[in-house]
Amino acid sequence: MMSTATPHLEVRQLTMAYGESIIQEKLNFSVSQGEIFIIMGGSGCGKSTLLRHLIGLMKPAQGEVLYHGVDLWQADPEQQQRIISRSGVLFQGGALWSSMTLGENIELLLKEHTQLTPKQIQDVIAYKLSLVGLSRYADYYPSEISGGMRKRAGLARAMALDPDILFFDEPSAGLDPISSRRLDDLILELRDSLGATIVIVSHELASIFAVGDNSIFLDPTEKTIIASGSPKDLLETSSDPRVIQFLTRMK
Amino acid sequence: MIFLTDLLRLCDEHDIHVNRESLPDGIQTLLKLAFTVTERRSQRRAVLGQPVLTKIGNVTIEMHRNWSDMLGFIGEVFSAFINFFRRKAQFRLSDLFFQIEAAGPSALFIVTLISVLVGMILAFVGAVQLRLFGAEIFIANLVGLGMAREMGAMMTAIIMAGRTGAAYAALLGTMQVNEEIDALKTIAVSPVEFLVLPRVIALLLTMPLLCIYSDFMGIIGGAIVSATMLDISFFQYFQQIQGFVGLSHFFIGVFKAAVFGILIAMAGCFRGLQCGRSASAVGFAATSAVVTSIVLIIVADAIITVLCQVLGI
Ligand SMILES: Nc1ncnc2c1ncn2[C@@H]1O[C@H](COP(=O)(O)OP(=O)(O)O)[C@@H](O)[C@H]1O
Ligand SMILES: [Mg+2]
Repeated sequence: MMSTATPHLEVRQLTMAYGESIIQEKLNFSVSQGEIFIIMGGSGCGKSTLLRHLIGLMKPAQGEVLYHGVDLWQADPEQQQRIISRSGVLFQGGALWSSMTLGENIELLLKEHTQLTPKQIQDVIAYKLSLVGLSRYADYYPSEISGGMRKRAGLARAMALDPDILFFDEPSAGLDPISSRRLDDLILELRDSLGATIVIVSHELASIFAVGDNSIFLDPTEKTIIASGSPKDLLETSSDPRVIQFLTRMK
Repeated sequence: MIFLTDLLRLCDEHDIHVNRESLPDGIQTLLKLAFTVTERRSQRRAVLGQPVLTKIGNVTIEMHRNWSDMLGFIGEVFSAFINFFRRKAQFRLSDLFFQIEAAGPSALFIVTLISVLVGMILAFVGAVQLRLFGAEIFIANLVGLGMAREMGAMMTAIIMAGRTGAAYAALLGTMQVNEEIDALKTIAVSPVEFLVLPRVIALLLTMPLLCIYSDFMGIIGGAIVSATMLDISFFQYFQQIQGFVGLSHFFIGVFKAAVFGILIAMAGCFRGLQCGRSASAVGFAATSAVVTSIVLIIVADAIITVLCQVLGI
C-alpha cells in the first residue's frame, strides 16, 4: 500500500493549451487516496481537456501531473504503462469500440492486462455488465444500443480491471433519473469496497452533493480554479456569485 | 427578431442607446434571452483578413508539421511490424482475416470491370497505329506488357485507394471523433498495432493477388478487341503473349502492387488518425487519403520504373 501522506494524484502549476490558445492555467490541486473528487465548471471551460491531461493523453504545456509523487511525463515508459493500466476512464461519449460487441470491448482489456482463462474472462464480463444493468446486452454492438446504455457500458469497461483510480467524464449526462441515482450508489460502492479514487466531471447537482468529497470549480474567463473544497462547504461558505449560481441553479 | 438583434448589436457597437421599453412584452423577453449569453469574441480565431505573408507562414508551418507527423507514423508502423515478427503485436487475428475479406473478394467485380475496359482501350489505341504497319499481331505484346508491367497494378491501386483507402480513413477518423482511439491509448494498446497493422498486412497480401487477376482480365479485354477489330484469333493472341511477355514482367507488376498496397493502407490510416474531432473532418480525411494515396502511387511507380530501367529488368 502507498502511504496516505502523498496524494494519489497531484497537479502542480498545470497550464493546458491547444496550440497557442490557452484553455486553463496555473491549476494546482491534489486528490487523495479513496476520495471522490468533482471537477465542475460551465461547458467549454476545459473539464474534458483537464481529464485528458490527467490520463496522459495530452502533454501539459507547463506544469506537472504526479501519480503517488511520480511525474507522469518524467517516468520511464514501463512506469507510465503501469500507471495508465491501473486507471480506468469513461469518456464523455462512452467511446466504446464500435467494431466490437460490448462483451468484446471488455474482453480486450482483460486479454491485454490479465492472465485469466477464457472462462474466467466470460465471468468477469457478465459480472461487470450486470453491475450497470446490461447483462443481457453482451452480444450487442454499440450502435445497437441507446446513448445512455453506451455510457453505462463504457462505465463497465472502465471498471473492468478493478483500477485504483477512475475518471468519469459526465457519467450521468444522458441517463434517466433512476439510472443516474443508481450510478451514484455504484460510485460510492466502488470507493467503499475497492478503495478506489474517483475523479468525476459532473453537472448533476444532486450527484455532486451526494457523492463529492472534494471539488474544484473552473472558470472560462479567469482560466483557472476559482473555488475548491467539499461541494457542501462551497455552497455554505463561498461568496463567489459564479459558484453560488452554479450550485443553486440560480440566474 | 434577427433584424432586431442585429440592429441592437450595431447600436451597441456605436454606443447608441436604444429605448426598448416601447417594444411588446414578448419581444422584450426574447431579446433579454438573446443577450444573456454574450458571445466570447476573443475565442474565435480570426482566420479572415490575415496578411498574405502570415498565410504563407502558416501553410509552411503546417506542411512542416505534416511531414514530421508522417515520418513519425512511418516509424511507428515499422516498429509495429517488428513486433509482429516477434509475435508480440497487439492485434486480433480475426481482425486481419476480416480486413482481408473486406479488401479482396468484395473488390473483384469492380476490378474485373475496370481491367477489361482498360485492356480493351489499350488494344484499341494500339490497333489503329499498328494497322498502319501491318503489324497487328503485336497488339498482343502491347496489351500483355502494358497490363503486366503497369496498368494491372496501377488500376487496382487506384480502385483500392478510392474504395479501401478512403474507407480506412473514414473509419479511423470516426474512431478519432468518438474518442475510441483515445480509449485504446488509455488501456495501453497501441492504435498503430491494433488498427493500422492488420490493414497494412491485409492490403499487402490482397493487392498482388488482385493485380494478377487484373492482368488477366486486361489481357482478355485486349483479346476481345483483337478478335473483333483485327481478326486475330484468341489462339494466335495468347500464343503471342506466351512467347513474348515473360514472367519477369508479371513479377514487376506484382511487386509494384505490393508496394502500392502498403502505401494505400498507410495513407488511409494516417489521414484517419490525423483527423480532427468533427464530422466534416472525417469527410476531409477520406478525401485527403485518396489524394495522398494516388500521389504516392504515381511517385512510387515512377521510382520503380526508373529503377527497373537502371537494373535492366
Ligand atoms: N481538439 C481541440 N482543438 C482546439 N481546441 C479545442 C479542442 N478540443 C476542445 N477545444 C477547446 O477547449 C475548450 C474546452 O473544451 P472541453 O475541455 O471539451 O470543455 P468541457 O469538457 O469543459 O465542456 C473549448 O473552448 C474548446 O473550444
Ligand atoms: Mg466535456
